[in-house]
Amino acid sequence: MPGKLKVKIVAGRHLPVMDRASDLTDAFVEVKFGNTTFKTDVYHKSLNPQWNSEWFKFEVDDEDLQDEPLQITVLDHDTYSANDAIGKVYIDIDPLLYSEAATVISGWFPIYDTIHGIRGEINVVVKVDLFNDLNRFRQSSCGVKFFCTTSIPKCYRAVIIHGFVEELVVNEDPEYQWIDRIRTPRASNEARQRLISLMSGELQRKIGLKVLEMRGNAVVGYLQCFDLEGESGLVVRAIGTACTLDKLSSPAAFLPACNSPSKEMKESPLVHPPSHGCRSTHNSPIHTATGSRLTQNFSVSVPTLIYTGMGSGSAGKEGGPFKGLLRQQTQSALEQREFPFFTLTAFPPGFLVHVGGVVSARSVKLLDRIHNPAFVGIMGNTRPYKLLDWNSFNSDEPETRDAWWAEIRQEIKSHAKALGCHAVVGYSESTSICEEVCILSASGTAAVLNPRFLQDGTMEGCLEQRLEETLPAGCGFCHIPYDELNMPFPAHLTYCYNCRKQKVPDVLFTTIDLPADATVVGKGCLIQARLCRLKKKAQAEANATAISNLLPFMEYEMHTQLMNKLKLKGMNALFGLRIQISVGENMLMGLASATSVYLAALPTPGGIQIAGKTPNDGSYEQHISHMQKKINDTIAKNKELYEINPPEMSEEIIGSPIPEPRQRSRLLRSQSESSDEVTELDLSHGKKDAFVLEIDDTDAMEDVHSLLTDVPPPSGFYSCNTEIMPGINNWTSEIQMFTSVRVIRLSSLNLTNQALNKNFNDLCENLLKSLYFKLRSMIPCCLCHVNFTVSLPEDELIQVTVTAVSITFDKNQALQTAKTHVEKSLQRASTDNEELLQFPLELCSDSLPPHPFPPAKEHLESASSNSGIPAAQRDRCSSWIELIKLKAQTIRRGSIKTTVTVEKASPMGEGNFRNRSAPSCANSTVGVVKMTPLSFIPGAKITKYLGIINMFFIRETTSLREEGGVSGFLHAFIAEVFAMVRAHVAALGGNAVVSYIMKQCVFMENPNKNQAQCLINVSGDAVVFVRESELEVVSTQQPTANCQPACTGEVTT
Amino acid sequence: MTSELDIFVGNTTLIDEDVYRLWLDGYSVSDAVALRVRSGILEQTGATAAVLQSDTMDHYRTFHMLERLLHAPPKLLHQLIFQIPPSRQALLIERYYTFDEAFVREVLGKKLSKGTKKDLDDISTKTGITLKSCRRQFDNFKRVFKVVEEMRGSLVDNIQQHFLLSDRLARDYAAIVFFANNRFETGKKKLQYLSFGDFAFCAELMIWNWTQGAIDSQVDDMFMDLDKEFLQDLKELKVLVADKDLLDLHKSLVCTALRGKLGVFSEMEANFKNLSRGLVNVAAKLTHNKDVRDLFVDLVEKFVEPCRSDHWPLSDVRLFLCQYSGSVHSLDGFRYQALWDRYMGTLRGCLLRLYHD
Repeated sequence: MPGKLKVKIVAGRHLPVMDRASDLTDAFVEVKFGNTTFKTDVYHKSLNPQWNSEWFKFEVDDEDLQDEPLQITVLDHDTYSANDAIGKVYIDIDPLLYSEAATVISGWFPIYDTIHGIRGEINVVVKVDLFNDLNRFRQSSCGVKFFCTTSIPKCYRAVIIHGFVEELVVNEDPEYQWIDRIRTPRASNEARQRLISLMSGELQRKIGLKVLEMRGNAVVGYLQCFDLEGESGLVVRAIGTACTLDKLSSPAAFLPACNSPSKEMKESPLVHPPSHGCRSTHNSPIHTATGSRLTQNFSVSVPTLIYTGMGSGSAGKEGGPFKGLLRQQTQSALEQREFPFFTLTAFPPGFLVHVGGVVSARSVKLLDRIHNPAFVGIMGNTRPYKLLDWNSFNSDEPETRDAWWAEIRQEIKSHAKALGCHAVVGYSESTSICEEVCILSASGTAAVLNPRFLQDGTMEGCLEQRLEETLPAGCGFCHIPYDELNMPFPAHLTYCYNCRKQKVPDVLFTTIDLPADATVVGKGCLIQARLCRLKKKAQAEANATAISNLLPFMEYEMHTQLMNKLKLKGMNALFGLRIQISVGENMLMGLASATSVYLAALPTPGGIQIAGKTPNDGSYEQHISHMQKKINDTIAKNKELYEINPPEMSEEIIGSPIPEPRQRSRLLRSQSESSDEVTELDLSHGKKDAFVLEIDDTDAMEDVHSLLTDVPPPSGFYSCNTEIMPGINNWTSEIQMFTSVRVIRLSSLNLTNQALNKNFNDLCENLLKSLYFKLRSMIPCCLCHVNFTVSLPEDELIQVTVTAVSITFDKNQALQTAKTHVEKSLQRASTDNEELLQFPLELCSDSLPPHPFPPAKEHLESASSNSGIPAAQRDRCSSWIELIKLKAQTIRRGSIKTTVTVEKASPMGEGNFRNRSAPSCANSTVGVVKMTPLSFIPGAKITKYLGIINMFFIRETTSLREEGGVSGFLHAFIAEVFAMVRAHVAALGGNAVVSYIMKQCVFMENPNKNQAQCLINVSGDAVVFVRESELEVVSTQQPTANCQPACTGEVTT
Repeated sequence: MTSELDIFVGNTTLIDEDVYRLWLDGYSVSDAVALRVRSGILEQTGATAAVLQSDTMDHYRTFHMLERLLHAPPKLLHQLIFQIPPSRQALLIERYYTFDEAFVREVLGKKLSKGTKKDLDDISTKTGITLKSCRRQFDNFKRVFKVVEEMRGSLVDNIQQHFLLSDRLARDYAAIVFFANNRFETGKKKLQYLSFGDFAFCAELMIWNWTQGAIDSQVDDMFMDLDKEFLQDLKELKVLVADKDLLDLHKSLVCTALRGKLGVFSEMEANFKNLSRGLVNVAAKLTHNKDVRDLFVDLVEKFVEPCRSDHWPLSDVRLFLCQYSGSVHSLDGFRYQALWDRYMGTLRGCLLRLYHD
């Protein structure tokens, strides 16, 4: 019994009129937590009741505190008939369970009803008293912090990044229970909302336990999703990256960084002592407190994670005689992990060593009816409905789903290996479900990481660091991690244009954000590949087979489109690549979005060459040359638009490219291929001449046309789907987050792939145009984190949902920065080095064990490429031992050098950030809550993370026309969702939500019945931010963030 | 390909002032799009008509959702659904309650009832203001009327407090409410030359001087209804024209004082008795509701028109009225000096305002 939850109901306002006769309401409130319910008095005849209740106290278990939401129901008292519900408020009390987050939840919450929407507001105060000793408390996963942010949160420092955590729970969907036939839509919706709330709580708690097992104290990049599988149930799954974070509160906090890591571990208050690893047994579903049957059906999924460190796991043992052993053990740490995945997209400086390319895997599954269910006919229905026999089927359900995901993850892992990478970053998972077919997708970026952050001994890596060949900042990650002679796919390699030492591919695709230290030429832009494919309607296996057959072609097509569009922009790298494939009854849709940039380290992209197959035809040739000219013009125009003017380089310096295995001159498509995307893809274009596409092919014609029809944004507008726009770094403080939804109905007649593609293309383009128009008053500005989601809710419907944020920037400053861009970055690099030098040296004297993880790739690579070490030795994924040997040799040879690449020190970064904001930061009005999909707020500093916001709402109407049709209905609902998010953040004492994401927006309509239903799931991190203008005083007193790798993300150059 | 659904929701609610104006003016979405196209916005922004259509629809939907809140502006401030900066909130409210001069002239002084609402079609045709806009304006008048009807305290303050309007607009509404409540006739042909501003000016004077609230601020409706007692007492003023000696004395006092100062002296001298009789009879008649309603008609008929036909310049009217009301203090036999001042002080202000072409 570790906690006492206290709730006080203060007042209500703007309540709806419930009594037509008096035009007033007799309202009272029920407060429910678990199985305990309290009621306030009835406040008669008022729309603004003042209950001022006593403190309602719930004595509860910590597990319940994590799982259960506080449920507040406002009712209208009726003497003669049943009391009418006005609406509900669910409050997630999780944020009150972290020691550093909110201490009280207090404020006005919208009273929400799934049929009527928001109906007035209620003022509630919630507190949690933890009267047990803190130690005991820490044994639950209550203390684990969750962040949606996919980088190390701003006011924290990553001590260790442990790795991947995942979990899923399964339940039957209340909407599909037989009881749904006899209960009201409201009751059904509320059952669903409550269930999902419970499941999320449970999921979060379980993930928390895994994190504690790994001896972490936080989950970063936490992404929770729902799969509405219909008849076969409801899956809530989550992935994240377990970390040990340290709060950067005062300069004093930086000191421990230089201490021995073990000591630090102990000091860190939230780190779970190793002896409590047994906590995992609590996974078993034994909380009777809830009394609800559904808790029984959560089965424990197999823990997929093996701890970072040694099995015996005592933090104090390093530095002793075990050095050698330890080295070996930690070295294999990443290997040992079942899935060395990271959901992060931005990293502490120095974390990311090399990037291989995008890896993705998809699999098509049939959602079977639940195994061995107890069927029984009810109420004479012809169709049998399942009994609520939870125990009969639940036991194997999560395992099935777990196995599916495990399979996919395994595939991803092997793809990464093929790319010579031992880890996957920017990892995400998604599903698309249509009826009983489900496409599971996972993607990420294969990478080689610096192990420094991955093990318990934080600073062991310092030595490692020095081993790395000195690399000019901003190109290291481009260097190929795979073996040049034994490439996993055909690629066109050249020496790095930046350092001239290592090999780089000609094009780089990634799912992560642009690394802060990357050198970029000009600005970036959003590019999208869009594709539709018709598919015959089919059942079960036939359907699944048809889909599996189509997938590789779609992947290939989209990849080609991306490549062409990239070339057309005159750029050479993609960041934040997200490929979504959605399945519908009679078609598949693919939408790939990414931010293209010109990386200075990669070669200048060649243009696009058009070739025809039928020569000797004059007019045709002419047509071809006309097209070619158009394409060339577009490229030239784009180069100008995005300010791409890389410094000229003579070929001799760079060295001639590696000879090509085959003739490429006649290719329409890109000249080479850099990233291995999927297995299927491998099949389709592996080493065959997959790129040859003749222009007399109508499809190809279409493609070329569509390339040229993509309209660039109006001047003053930029767009990207990454956190920040490469090439812009002087954001001003004005931001506008928005969600836009469009649904189009296709005319069912003569649907062809071409017509579909055109429709889809137009839909997306028009949507973007609309956004540009709507936000024109913000010019100059940039649409950041543009997140498109496509779904096929019905036969002929295509739904596209976009969430993004528009940020203004200072144009004049932008020009300046562009000019001094390179110098600045150089300057900074040098400053960084100076600052850094002290830091590793200190550490070195600390007699830390040399880091046993694989040595600097560059070093190895250059060694291997120069001296021709046998290929076998270069298989880095499997033979770490060899690497260690090699490293040992290197050390003996004394080639230790101080690295230049890593540790971009924060002070400069912070400084830049600060200068960036306009001096005239708008004084924030009271009560305003900002929302942004980004992890930061321009012109402001996040001072506190208050906890995760994860909300799920259902809205239904039976009077669609009266509510303004589908648009009116959804518009109001989304506005309400925003309002509820803001209210919760404000009640936590916050003034912004960062890393906000609308994970799901499922919209169903039945205009004939005048009905519609929508489900929305949103999440984000509630934070407190302070305007930088207000912060100035503080910052002068406090030398910011020395030598800490905590500041990442938003700093660009 | 048809668009089934098309929405845009910002965390901060986007308000386009131009579209808001079109919406307030009651244009349909298609009309509004056409008007926007004509404004040259497509050329400025490079947008397409489809984009404009979608944008307009979005704004209209937002305004439609906001309208419910605009009916009780304090709700707009406290609601949580739309995050709108305070300056924008003020703009939304102010614009929503702003009315057209042409429209208000049509309904000023009319009972804000269903009957009048039915006539809005005609008003719409006559004024060229869309019916939708007419309805909004009419409903605004009515809503404000209903809310402040039974309230204590200053009319303007009440309106400002409950509708969060600017001082200027709140005063206008006070005038509208006051006129509606007292049903002053403003529509006669004779009165067509008068603007809303003229009436509002008079209303304000009357509210501050002729209502109960002007004397005792603890009565309900005190600023809405004219002070009944005062109106009853006004009958006593009749002596000024009924008593021939008093009338002659009054005339001679005025003439003596104005001789040589008035360009239209002879006309004044000739007309004095008529004018005086007119002004005093207006006062005496105010006991009847019917005559209260005709106040402005009477004033124009009995005073403004005769003077105008004799081409009195405004300065002469001012001098005359000043002397006319002032010299009563020298009439020894006249006992109702305070009553006279309360009546004439306001009337003088009104008449000067009403006296123009």
